[in-house]
Formats: sequence, structure tokens, C-alpha cells
Amino acid sequence: MTPLQIVFLFVAAFTLLSALLVVTRPNLVHASLWLIAALAGVAVLFVLLEAGFLAAVQVVIYIGAIAILIIFAVMLTRRVMSDSGPQVNRNWWGAALSALLIFGGLLGLFSQVPAVGSAFPAAIANADGLLEDLGRSLVDVNRYVLPFEVASVLLLAAMIGAIVIARPAAREEGEE
Amino acid sequence: MTPELLTWLIPLPPILAFAVIVLLTHRSNRLSHTLAVGAMFVSWGLAMTVFWAAITTPELGQRPFASSIDWLPSGVEALRIGILIDPLSAITLFFVAWTCLAIFVYSIGYHNYGKPRDPADRAGLPPHKGGIEPMYARFFAFISLFAFGMLTLVISDNLLLLFVGWEIMGLCSYLLIGFWYGKDSAKKAMVKAFITTRVGDVFMLLGIAYLYSATGTLNYREILFNEEVLHSLAEAPSGVLGMSAAGLIGLLLFLGTVGKSAQWPLHVWLPDAMEGPTPVSAMIHAATMVSAGVYFAVRFFPLLTAGWAEGEPLTVTMRVVAFIGAFTALFASTIALAQRDIKRVLAYSTISQLGYMVAAVGIGAYVAAAFHLVTHAFFKALLFLGSGSVIHGMQHGLAASSKNAAQAMPGREGPAGVHEAHAHVDAQDMFNMGGLRRKMPRTFVTFVIGGFALAGFPLLTAGFWSKDEILADAFTNGHLAVFLTLAAAALLTAFYTMRQITLTFLGEPRTEAARHAHESTATMTVPLLVLAVFSVAAGWVGIPESWTGGRVPNWFHSFVGGTLLEHPPAAPFHWAPLLTSVGVSLGGLLLGWLVYRRVAAGAPDPARKPLGFVYTVLERKYGFDEFYDWAFVRPAYWFAETFSYLWIDRGVIDGILHAVARIALRLGSIFRNYFDKPVVNGLMGDGTASVVKWAGRQLRAVQTGRVQQYLIAGLIVTGILLSYVLVVRP
Amino acid sequence: MIPLSWFLILAAALFSIGLYGVLARRNAVAILMGIELMLNAVNLNLVAFWRYVAPGSIAGQAFAVMVFAVAASEAAVGLALILSIYRQRSTVAAEEINLLKW
Repeated sequence: MTPLQIVFLFVAAFTLLSALLVVTRPNLVHASLWLIAALAGVAVLFVLLEAGFLAAVQVVIYIGAIAILIIFAVMLTRRVMSDSGPQVNRNWWGAALSALLIFGGLLGLFSQVPAVGSAFPAAIANADGLLEDLGRSLVDVNRYVLPFEVASVLLLAAMIGAIVIARPAAREEGEE
Repeated sequence: MTPELLTWLIPLPPILAFAVIVLLTHRSNRLSHTLAVGAMFVSWGLAMTVFWAAITTPELGQRPFASSIDWLPSGVEALRIGILIDPLSAITLFFVAWTCLAIFVYSIGYHNYGKPRDPADRAGLPPHKGGIEPMYARFFAFISLFAFGMLTLVISDNLLLLFVGWEIMGLCSYLLIGFWYGKDSAKKAMVKAFITTRVGDVFMLLGIAYLYSATGTLNYREILFNEEVLHSLAEAPSGVLGMSAAGLIGLLLFLGTVGKSAQWPLHVWLPDAMEGPTPVSAMIHAATMVSAGVYFAVRFFPLLTAGWAEGEPLTVTMRVVAFIGAFTALFASTIALAQRDIKRVLAYSTISQLGYMVAAVGIGAYVAAAFHLVTHAFFKALLFLGSGSVIHGMQHGLAASSKNAAQAMPGREGPAGVHEAHAHVDAQDMFNMGGLRRKMPRTFVTFVIGGFALAGFPLLTAGFWSKDEILADAFTNGHLAVFLTLAAAALLTAFYTMRQITLTFLGEPRTEAARHAHESTATMTVPLLVLAVFSVAAGWVGIPESWTGGRVPNWFHSFVGGTLLEHPPAAPFHWAPLLTSVGVSLGGLLLGWLVYRRVAAGAPDPARKPLGFVYTVLERKYGFDEFYDWAFVRPAYWFAETFSYLWIDRGVIDGILHAVARIALRLGSIFRNYFDKPVVNGLMGDGTASVVKWAGRQLRAVQTGRVQQYLIAGLIVTGILLSYVLVVRP
Repeated sequence: MIPLSWFLILAAALFSIGLYGVLARRNAVAILMGIELMLNAVNLNLVAFWRYVAPGSIAGQAFAVMVFAVAASEAAVGLALILSIYRQRSTVAAEEINLLKW
């Protein structure tokens, strides 16, 4: 047990616990707060994987944007789902079973990954240039510029779609 | 800005113009044509910049502008698209840009921009009294897309992108020939053009597939400029008729050219394509699409001639190519002799001139083919646009004279009456024209320049130099049959060109319409002037060195010849081909003038009597349309209607059915009474129904409409399948 | 040091928990939260494999960035849909949104 392993186990336990609470808490505001905790745990795991930039992005996008968005949605729709009623549907046992099956299946698959037992690898050679490389690869014609552009179009479409869907139905007349 | 980057940008403005016109501005005529012409102008500017960079680069053939990117990554390999500007594509780009720009500008005037819309005009029919074209914006959208296809084709560095441009043009020619889709003849012509060229395209696609499987690449430079690949292709047997793989691929690809460039026997679509508006005819038949076929053949010259060296006997493939080209050249020019429609004459002349180029490719005269391609594009675009101007003037003359007639006869007012009174005057029939030189001086002068270039008027015109080079090449390399055929075709060409000029412009007006015709607007005549300048000047860049004793270098030969791996030698000077080309050109022109200078109104063609039966055959175009109708179209219809429907379907199958039905009826009544009613109805019918009903009731629970339940079901099924694949099978 | 398998097991567990949330929760917003958890698990796998198997190639990180973009758009559109449904039918319970039959 190295200190790093202890840190990992601690963070992993925290993350999993938070995630479990996210899907089980009846109060949705609490659930979203636990979601933030789980996301933060993943961000720490990114740091452990020496992906500092992604950790920062995780904090900014997930915690800063998505989680807040979800909290807003919870508050806007709160009236209809009282916290006291049942929060899971009648098929929850089927859901649990499928989740367990998937978990088992994934573990089975992992055993076939060739590098599964590899310990922590050597330090990254070009740690400083990593971010620059990531940035360049996203705009390099021969690498990922196409997925990058597709993602940008997707974001644009999502933005327009979200506006169109969420806008109240236009009244027939009387609006300026 | 490197030339490579500029080249990438060349085809983009027209496609953007197309998209913007179709999506946004199609309601505004002014905005649409400004966009289309502006986009073409930008493309033209880019093309000229690239062209200038190309001709100022020494040894361009060895170090062309090339750049490419991955298009479709597929595992390890990737299909790459890219651009390539070598001398051949540079000069093609030059004339394509110029002619396209001229045609775009001309279209503004041709479609009567600025005139009010005639309420009697319908979309899908040509405006009959000089009002603005009802689908004005749509026309500019189509020709923009067309220009995009052509520019893409020219700058492409591989067969795949070339084929893309090729098919875009095929689609556009379909749309543009049928632009006036209200006319039945236009509808038929568009389908004919599409189907006929498709025959060639299928073979071409086969050739592309064969080439790809044989070499693993479609890039020009990796195939055509690679001695090893060419050599191995020329050595490998194809298993068909004892040809080499290179020969078979070349032949298949050449069939694409046959379809696109309207070579015999797939020539039938091109004359009918005259149903489209005249700028379209010029675009399809002169500047771009048919030239694309020849460009393609010239581009694949190294493959077509693989296994052949200068001075050796021709390969099978080359012999086929030379035969088809020379035969088409003569064949089409004879048909042109007997046509009355001014545009049809030009259409057959185009087929004939393309035959020249193909024959030149076939006998290995690479530079001569490319040279004639360039000069022909200019003077034929000029002639088509000039003929459009003539027809336009005639239509105005028709409208003007009908107005007079209507005033003279007050009882016959209204569009229906006018239409009836003048339905018999065809504005495209040359025998209804005459004397237009005074009414349309600018059109006359430019048309004569174009016509003389087509006829190969000595020394002055571009057509002379390029045609002479083909003839000289054929003669000095000993292809006497080709030489004689082409010389005969040249004689006929000069003859029918002069017939056309004489009938249209000289003499006295033969109809009221011709008397009232007037000159077209500046947007139509300025492009004519520009093209006329090129029709003369384009020839001066390729004057053989033997003429000037080497004082003036043959720039075209050294520039375009540099495209090939080995610089082709220039044909040595010989007096025979020179005298032949001067003789046939002047002789044909003189003969044409003598025969047709005095044709009275309503008189038949003076050539009809001496030629007799032959003239009728020519007028009917050797009956190829009828033959194809008889050999392919009718059998198809017959097969569908008579054989499949009447005999097989109604006769045999229905007969069997009826017999079966009669037996069945008898059996049925027995079954019904003794088996059906008690057993089937009672037990099985009602029983099944109630079982189904019960099962349905039970199963209804499955379809809940709840996404989460569906998801669980999907996951479970996926899990079962996965566990089968991962656990049970291994 | 930390073996790769630990990360993989953690990611699988996170994924399964998210899946359970997606399948079992009644509230549509809660379902979205489950989806976010699943996407996070995927990202964790991507980055872990990048670090252990192919640290020289930037592909793992690049795709993680793409997943971020997808997650953001999914959250925006999904929440907009939920709000729209809420406005029309006054409910966000997934089982009452059952137009997906017949």
C-alpha cells in the first residue's frame, strides 16, 4: 500500500458512495449535490491519472455548467414530484439486475484487456507539451479536426434546439 | 497565398452561389445573377492567378502544384482527395474559366434580364414574347453547380474526384437540357442525354474499379507518371481478347469519354440536347462537359498508350480510339451538311471536332489533341453563343412582325391568334433567316470569326493551327487512313460552316422575322467579342517551330508536352498536310458560298437535288435515332408491354391462374360444405381468434410506451447475445 | 502503484450505478443525472487507457474532450425537453411520458 494507492481507494470510495446516493436519494436537490460530489471525485481521479487539464475541464464544465443546469431544472420542476412519494419505478429490481449484469460483464471483459495488470507506467516524457499537443491535434487536418468540427456543429445544433424546444409556444397575437 | 491554396479555392465560389441562390435568394433575380456571376468572376480570378503562377513556373510538368488531404480514412489506408495543376490542367483551367465567365455574363442578356415578366409565360416554357425567363434564378443556380462540377473535375488529382465532378455535370446537363420541362421534346431530350451518357459512365466506373484493384490507387501521379506501374499494367494480361490490363482499363475508361463527348455510337444525345437554352448548349457542348470527356482521354493518355513508343505500330486500344475518333469526325460532319436548325449544325460539328481530338489521342498526338481542345472550346462557345444571339434576334423579329400583323388585322388580336399566325416560322431554321449581317453586325462579325476558326481558315484563326497540327501528326507518323478521313471531314466542316454563315447572314432576308430582327444587348455581345479574340489569338501560342525557323518558340508544345514523362517530339514539317489543310479549308468555304449564296425564300436546300437519296439519309442522321429506337427502346417497351404483360402475365400466368381457379372453385365448394364450415370456421377460426385475442391481451403489457422498460429489455437481450458470443462460442 | 485494473473496476462500477439510475428513477431529471454518471465512467476509462496503454498518443484525451462536448449538448437538450414536457403535461415522471407506443 503506497500512499498513492490509499489516496486512490479513498477517492474511489467517496466517488462511488456519492454516485450511489445520486441514484437513491429521494430528494432531488440532495441528489444533485451528491452528483457534484461524484463529479469532483472523478476530477480528482483525473489528477491521479496526470490529466490535469481534463480535471480542470471536468470542474468547469460538469460542476460549473451541467450540474448547475440540472439544479435549475430540478427547481423549475419541483412542484410536481414531491420528495415523499416513491422515487423509483416498479421495474427497479429489473434495473438493478441489468446494472449488476453489465457490471459483471464489464469485469469479465476487462480480464481480456492485455494491459490490465500493468502497474503505473513511467512518467510521461513530454509532460509540458501535452496540452499543446492536445490543442494542436484538435485542429490538425490529419488528426482530429473533423470530429472537432462535428462536435462544434453538434454544440451549435444543441444550443439552437434547446432554445427552440424550451421556448414557450408562441401566442397567436398580441406579442410585440 | 500559395498556388496550391488558391487552387483549392477555385471551385468553391460557384457551389456557394448555388447553395445561396437555392436556399435564400431565389426570389430576387438581380441578387441571384449578381451572386452567380460574381462567384464565377472570383473563380475566374483565382483560376487566372493560378494559371499565371503555372506558366511562370519552369519545368511545371516535373514539379506541378499538388496538395492533398485525407478524405475518407479507412483503417490503415485513406482515400485522399487533392488538387493537381500540371500544364494540361492549367490550360484546361484557363479556357474553362474564360468560357464559363463569358457564358454566365451572356445568360443575363439571353434570359431577357430587365424586361417585365410576361403574364402569359409559364415556368417550364421558354418566354415567347421577350419577357424575362420565369425561372431566371433557377437557371443561374444550375449553371453555378455546373461550373463547380467542371472546375472540380479539372483541378482534381485523382480519378475519384474527377468522377464526382463528372457526375455532377451529368446531373446538371440533365437538369439544364430539360430546363424548359414544359416542352415534350425537352423532356425526352433530358432523359435521352442522361441514359445515353450513363451507358458510358457505367463502363468508366468499371474501368476505375479495375484500375483501383490493379494498382491500389487512383491518383494520377502514382499511375500515369510512374513508369513501373504503367509497365506492369502493360505487361499484365487482362484475360479479355488478349489485351493487356492497361489496354482493357484504357478501353473501359475511354467508353466514359465516348458517352460524355458524344462519340459514335453514343453520339445521339448531343443534338437533342439542343432543346436546352443556348447558354446551356454552349456550356455543355463547347466549353465544359464534352470537353471534359476529351480532357479525360488526354489525361489518361499515358495509360491508353501504355506499351507503345513513338514510331511503333499502334496498340489495339489506340487503334480502337483512333478509329472511333476519325469515324465520328467524318460521320458527324456529313450529318451536319443536311441539318436546317442552326444549333443542330453546331451540335454535329461539335461531335465531329471532338472526334478529331479523340483521333489525335488515338494516334498518339498528345499535344495536338490538347491544343485542339483549347482552341475548339473558344470558337465553339463563340459559335453557340452567336447562334443564340441570332435566335434571340429572330424571336424578337417574330414578336415585332406579329405585332405589325396584329395591327393590320384587328380581328386577330390576343396571344392565341398571334401564336397561330406565326407558328410556322421556326426561329432556329436557317432557311428562315438571311441578310442578318445588316441587322446584327456585331453578332455577324464574331460569328464569322468563330466559323472561320472552325473551318480552319489559314494562318489567321486558331482552328487552323490546331487542326493542322493533328493532320501533320497523322501524316508524318504514317497513319494515312486517319489522315485522309480527317482531311475529308475538314473539307465538309468548311463546307457546312460556310453554308451556315451564308444562309444566316448573307443574301436577303427570307422571312418577316428576319427583316425585323435586331442586335442583342451588350451583355450578350461583349462575351462574343471576348471569345472572338481568343478564337483568333489562342492559335498563336502553338505555331510549329518549323514554320518560323525556330525564331518563335512553340510555347504550347513545350509547355503541355512537359506534362508527359518523356517530352513528345514535334512533328517534322511536311508540305502535304499543310497544303491539304489549306486546300480543304479554302475549298470548302468557297464551295459552301457558291452553293448557298442564292437561296430564295421557301426554296429547298440546293444540295438536295444533286445528292438525292444521300441527302435524305443525311437529313435523317443515318437513321441512328430510329435504329436505337428500333433496337433498344421499342424492344424494351415491347418486352414490358407485349411480352411481359400481355403474353406472360395475362396469357400464361393468368391462364394458369384461371384454370387453377376453376379447379379450386369446385374443390372449394366441397371443402366449404364438409370441412370449412364445421372444422375450420368453428374450431380453428373462432378458436384461433380467441387464442390471438387472449395472447394479445396478455402481450399488451409488454408495450408500455415507457422508455426505461424498453431499455431494460434491450439490455437483457444484448447481454444474452454478448454472453453467447463471448462465453459460449469460444 | 495503482494498477490499471483498479481504475477499470471503478469505472465499471460507476457506469453500472449510472445505468441503474437511468433505468430505475422516475424523475426525468434524475435519469439525466444517471446519464452524466455513465458518461463520466466512459471518460474515466478513456483517460485511464490513455495513461497506461498509449501515453504517447493523444487520442484518449482528445476523445475525452469530445465526450465533454457531447455531455454538454445532451444536458442542454435533455433539460430543455424536460422543461417543454413539464409545461405541456405538468409532469416529469418518465413512466407518465408514454407516447412511445402504437
